[in-house]
Amino acid sequence: MGILEVKGVNKRFGGLRALADVNLTVAENSLHAIIGPNGAGKSTLLNCLVGKLVPDTGSVMFDGQSVLGQTPHEINQMGISRVFQTPEIFADLTVRENVMIPCFAKRDGTFRMRAIRKVDAEAEINEMAEKILVDVNMQDRIDHHAGSLSRGDKRRLEIAMCLVQRPRLLLLDEPTAGMARADTNRTIDLLKEIHANRDITVAIIEHDMHVVFSLAERITVLAQGSPLVEDTPDNIKGHPKVREAYLGEAH
Amino acid sequence: MIGLNRKDALLFITVTVLVILAPFILNPFPEGTAMAQMFNAGYPDLMQRFVIFGILVIGFNILFGLTGYLSFGHAAFLGIGSYSAVWMFKLLSYNVVPAIILAIVVSGIASLIIGYIALRRTGIYFSILTLALAQMCFNLAYSVLGNPQKGINLTNGETGLQVYTSDPQYLMGENAPELPHLFGLVMRDSLELEIGSWAFTLNAGYYLCGVIMLATFYLSIRIFRSPFGLMLRAVKSNQQRLSYTGLNTRPYTLCAFVVSGMYAGLAGGLLSSMDPLAGAERMHWTASGEIVIMAILGGAGTLIGPILGSGFIEYFKNILSKINDNLLHQWLSFLPDGLEDALVWVLHFFVGKGWHLTLGILFMLVVIFLPGGLVELGKRTGGLFDRFRNAAEGSGKERNQSPRKAAE
Ligand SMILES: Nc1ncnc2c1ncn2[C@@H]1O[C@H](COP(=O)(O)OP(=O)(O)O)[C@@H](O)[C@H]1O
Ligand SMILES: [Mg+2]
Repeated sequence: MGILEVKGVNKRFGGLRALADVNLTVAENSLHAIIGPNGAGKSTLLNCLVGKLVPDTGSVMFDGQSVLGQTPHEINQMGISRVFQTPEIFADLTVRENVMIPCFAKRDGTFRMRAIRKVDAEAEINEMAEKILVDVNMQDRIDHHAGSLSRGDKRRLEIAMCLVQRPRLLLLDEPTAGMARADTNRTIDLLKEIHANRDITVAIIEHDMHVVFSLAERITVLAQGSPLVEDTPDNIKGHPKVREAYLGEAH
Repeated sequence: MIGLNRKDALLFITVTVLVILAPFILNPFPEGTAMAQMFNAGYPDLMQRFVIFGILVIGFNILFGLTGYLSFGHAAFLGIGSYSAVWMFKLLSYNVVPAIILAIVVSGIASLIIGYIALRRTGIYFSILTLALAQMCFNLAYSVLGNPQKGINLTNGETGLQVYTSDPQYLMGENAPELPHLFGLVMRDSLELEIGSWAFTLNAGYYLCGVIMLATFYLSIRIFRSPFGLMLRAVKSNQQRLSYTGLNTRPYTLCAFVVSGMYAGLAGGLLSSMDPLAGAERMHWTASGEIVIMAILGGAGTLIGPILGSGFIEYFKNILSKINDNLLHQWLSFLPDGLEDALVWVLHFFVGKGWHLTLGILFMLVVIFLPGGLVELGKRTGGLFDRFRNAAEGSGKERNQSPRKAAE
């Protein structure tokens, strides 16, 4: 019984079958990678988990509760946070404000009208924000405009925004895409640290094999919308079907 | 200081001083001179408009400036506030307090309904929905609810709603004033000051509106700096991220809509309190457009922008509409006759009743060249001065600000 159970999920876009009978179980506290060639349906699968898309058929259970039919903010409040393929941050706000917002969401729920109290007076929230920025090593950019950050920093900011909520499941969509090697390695270290110290289940979509094999405990290979195999990294490396469907053509 | 950080407190105190001294500042020219006739603006009804439209745009800015939702129907709430206030005068008495309270309450309810419908959409569709709903309100006020023959007459149609001697006025005291008043202080009463050849008018209505504007301005500063304000700015920046962060954006935007609708209703109630009349033209879509122009011209999303924008437009509207062909001929008499006539013929379209055209062009120029409005103009000239000063000091030590550090 995993924290996330995907059963028989199908999703069509017109004539295209983006997800075909996907079954996936992510065990609690594991670091699970989903790999597959471009267009395999990886992002579509994540979209079905966070309420951005609704599958045509099938079920998605998180911790024994269905997420289907729930809005994105309800799903987040259940304990799922997501990092997007292209960083989704509040570009017009400061780095500090970017991490304060998820703190408010965690503490106050989906809506709370606090129009007179001052943000500066929220000591506890400010502390949480500062602490998480130290953790991701961005404390020196705390008053910068988020929109002016480098791509790597935007990604780390987005991860910080998810982490500060202490989610039970963290979903990452190609977190190192478009990053320089140094940034990639820092992100790997950060993810390892998150997984080791925070009791967060991590599901990661990744294109970069170096990242996948240095992080994942289990790997699911997705090809043309359906899971091909699921195994440990070592077994995946040698798996003939995987070589054929994915590694072979990628390298 | 006074519950604000240093910068905000300074801004608030500056505005307070300006509001108190406005009757003097706006009358810089001695009475009776040509300059005074053209440029003095220190007379009561114009100053009342300055602060009342200030309130309206401050409220509009809470919605548009913070969330980015561009409402094209805010004049509806102004009109609803005006009608509500006049009804209080008709039913109770000329005391402005119940009038203002009812104006806020009724416009709050109306904005809750209109906001609930319009906020189902974003972007241009939201704007069009607000426009359509506000035009519906205009039509209701102009004809449907203003037909004396049909029994329902809430607005008195094209004539406009006003107070008649036959109205009940249940709470009217024996010797109570026959004009809007605040516990006996008649809004139209003024203290006339003559200092040398200068004349100044300190009007009771203006000061009441001024105090209320300061209160609403203070409230808007607090909203800007609150967690609620932060969420509204987050809506504008990235609504998708906000929902994936566990926040329900709809109640936030609805609250912003209702608050700004109540600001507009308050402004409408004050308009009626200064002059106990309410007409449907206040709700016309062109009036809504003017609110949008004021907000953008001043600088949307800034604290002081709404006050600058509404003041600027009201002031120039007043001046431009005073200019006529005779005056133009007088000014241009130094030119050869043919040229003079030609120029007057052209300028004729931009002054007097044609002031809309001038403001339209001005608005276009601002949107193209100064998207941040008058506030940006101020910042740019400020920056220019800084550069001059730095150059004058001849110091090589550039102030080492990080290039894109967050403003404010
Ligand atoms: N919203 C959409 N509408 C239509 N087709 C889509 C949509 N999203 C994804 N697709 C298609 O579904 C397939 C899977 O896409 P995606 O999940 O983004 O792949 P991956 O993330 O594995 O690269 C692609 O062929 C893509 O073009
Ligand atoms: Mg993808």
